[in-house]
Amino acid sequence: MSIFLDSDTKVIVQGITGKMARFHTKDMIEYGTNVVGGVVPGKGGETVEGVPVFNTVKDAVEATSAEATLVFVPPPSAADSIMEAADAGIRYCVCITDGIPAQDMIRVKRYMYRYPKERRMVLTGPNCAGTISPGKALLGIMPGHIYLEGNVGIIGRSGTLGYEAAAQLKERGIGVSTSVGIGGDPINGSSFRDVLEHFENDPDTHVICMIGEIGGPQEAEAAEYIRDHVSKPVVAYVAGLTAPKGRTMGHAGAIISAFGESASEKVEILTKAGVTVAENPAVIGETIASIMQ
Amino acid sequence: MDIHEYQAKEVLSNFGVLIPQGALAYSPEQAAYRAREMGGERWVVKAQIHAGGRGKAGGVKVCDSDVEIQEVTEELFGKKLVTHQTGPEGKGIYRVYVEAAVPIDREIYLGFVLDRTSQRVMIVASAEGGMEIEEISEERPDSIVRATVEPAVGLQEFQCREIAFKLGIEASMVQQMVRTLQACYRAFTELDATMVEINPLIVTGDNRIMALDAKMTFDDNALFRHPQISELRDKSQEDPRESRAADRGLSYVGLDGNIGCIVNGAGLAMATMDTIKLAGGEPANFLDIGGGATPERVAKAFRLVMSDSNVQAILVNIFAGINRCDWVAEGVVQALREVQVDVPVIVRLAGTNVEEGQKILAESGLPLIRATTLMEAAERAVEAWQSDQKQSTNARAV
Repeated sequence: MSIFLDSDTKVIVQGITGKMARFHTKDMIEYGTNVVGGVVPGKGGETVEGVPVFNTVKDAVEATSAEATLVFVPPPSAADSIMEAADAGIRYCVCITDGIPAQDMIRVKRYMYRYPKERRMVLTGPNCAGTISPGKALLGIMPGHIYLEGNVGIIGRSGTLGYEAAAQLKERGIGVSTSVGIGGDPINGSSFRDVLEHFENDPDTHVICMIGEIGGPQEAEAAEYIRDHVSKPVVAYVAGLTAPKGRTMGHAGAIISAFGESASEKVEILTKAGVTVAENPAVIGETIASIMQ
Repeated sequence: MDIHEYQAKEVLSNFGVLIPQGALAYSPEQAAYRAREMGGERWVVKAQIHAGGRGKAGGVKVCDSDVEIQEVTEELFGKKLVTHQTGPEGKGIYRVYVEAAVPIDREIYLGFVLDRTSQRVMIVASAEGGMEIEEISEERPDSIVRATVEPAVGLQEFQCREIAFKLGIEASMVQQMVRTLQACYRAFTELDATMVEINPLIVTGDNRIMALDAKMTFDDNALFRHPQISELRDKSQEDPRESRAADRGLSYVGLDGNIGCIVNGAGLAMATMDTIKLAGGEPANFLDIGGGATPERVAKAFRLVMSDSNVQAILVNIFAGINRCDWVAEGVVQALREVQVDVPVIVRLAGTNVEEGQKILAESGLPLIRATTLMEAAERAVEAWQSDQKQSTNARAV
């Protein structure tokens, strides 16, 4: 089993009847993901891409024993859908939705903490491209074919920049154990540090690649964790060297508002913690290749 | 989304924060009239712009008569006020707020922010009001009081009392401080703010706690459920290109360089800007056209980037995943036939069906510069911009 997914992990899609959700459900099934159902309130009984739709996540879990979910629900009700999944006993949730109010995410995180750690759902995202364990399962919107099977664990905030890294690895014949998008929002389900812990304990991951960006404390927190707890080599790239202070760069969380949040400060903090930092995005693959030799 | 001081005061006052008497004016005559209407002997005239540091920049004036108010505001209206937060271009003054002057006993800093470490709302306060929080944290870090709020139960009275006592508020006024803090917290959470800043919060000569200045920022992602807040938007305070982009669903930030960027995805857009810088150039903008690079979006993006007269080359960097490169390439070709682009265009496509995409670009007959890697694209863009510069220098010499 990879860190979050396996080839037989039973997956549902919340919001499956939407146009984009249908498209990506089809894509995930073609990739080999074990999609067993979907959830849309009021559309229980329908079928999408050959899988049954349920009214509630509890109904879906009862009927299919689903363990993981992909939330494809519009921003106003996405937080509610994540909490519904947590309450129904889902183990792993990826939320793709971009534009969830920050205070809704504060509530989601508070809600998830009512469960003891061993029963607490792991959430990655929102505002991410998803998670893929190449050759096993794809839970998200990324193009599966750019990832080879292998031993590099990728954690990134950004979708297309993560694709860029995976494609550079593929070009060199290097594969990926799992790639996890943690999303570009200021309040997110899992931090770099949280996913690093999973990769450190994953026997299939030999090298970890971290793709950060300006804004927030999570890269610095990760640096501290790497220094004290990670034995595997870590390569990082931090985007936003040219970003001005105080301006939001697309992602709601990509804004330099405090000390330690600029790209150059993050690079310095990571370097001090023993991380190999790729100085530009074009050499991420090259840097990882040189470490693996 | 930012709002003006007078709007933030009105919002906070509705939740129970005390504010001095004041009135808004759109012209010098109105400002003088509002002061007469209000009565009193001394007023403070404050330029309403979306930026801090107004006092030092000359945007806040104390006046002792309506004649003086008229004179002072004649100077202010229509002027661009440049503060350390506005950038060199400044922000236009189209509204002023006339406020009754109040006797100040002491000044306090009070801020509510979204703390990303605790992932909760955090209160930041200091007895050193009037200074900016960055200055306070540098010069008097020990004076800063912090408290985070447990989201399930909200801000508790004991937390407010602790803050009040730490700030040295007199015992007889602690309850007033508790009410002020809770009012701000309710405004913050009920209206989906990301920041509430009262600097200074004052204790008046007659023992009242009042907001002398107020700043609020709202979560753009939550505006759908606060139409009354959306109405407070003032486009005159925004960069016109950025607000036009936002209205078209594109995320754009204007910068000072000459190489325009069109990229899909925020992270890749930042990475592209960084690579341009490493190659020796300066990016003219951040632009994320979103995951799906449809021809319409690409065309909109070209129009937007070309509206910046500093742009001397454009770098298009698209990583096509689900939306294949051939489709994106057709979009680029179609956009370039629709939009007048008279600067060199460098296109780098990567991802699904990249060969077909390159072929479409090559066969289009358009004078495009193609690149395969991101570094190569950035280098080509910088070369194109430099040769363009040389040509224009030569042209001037002739």
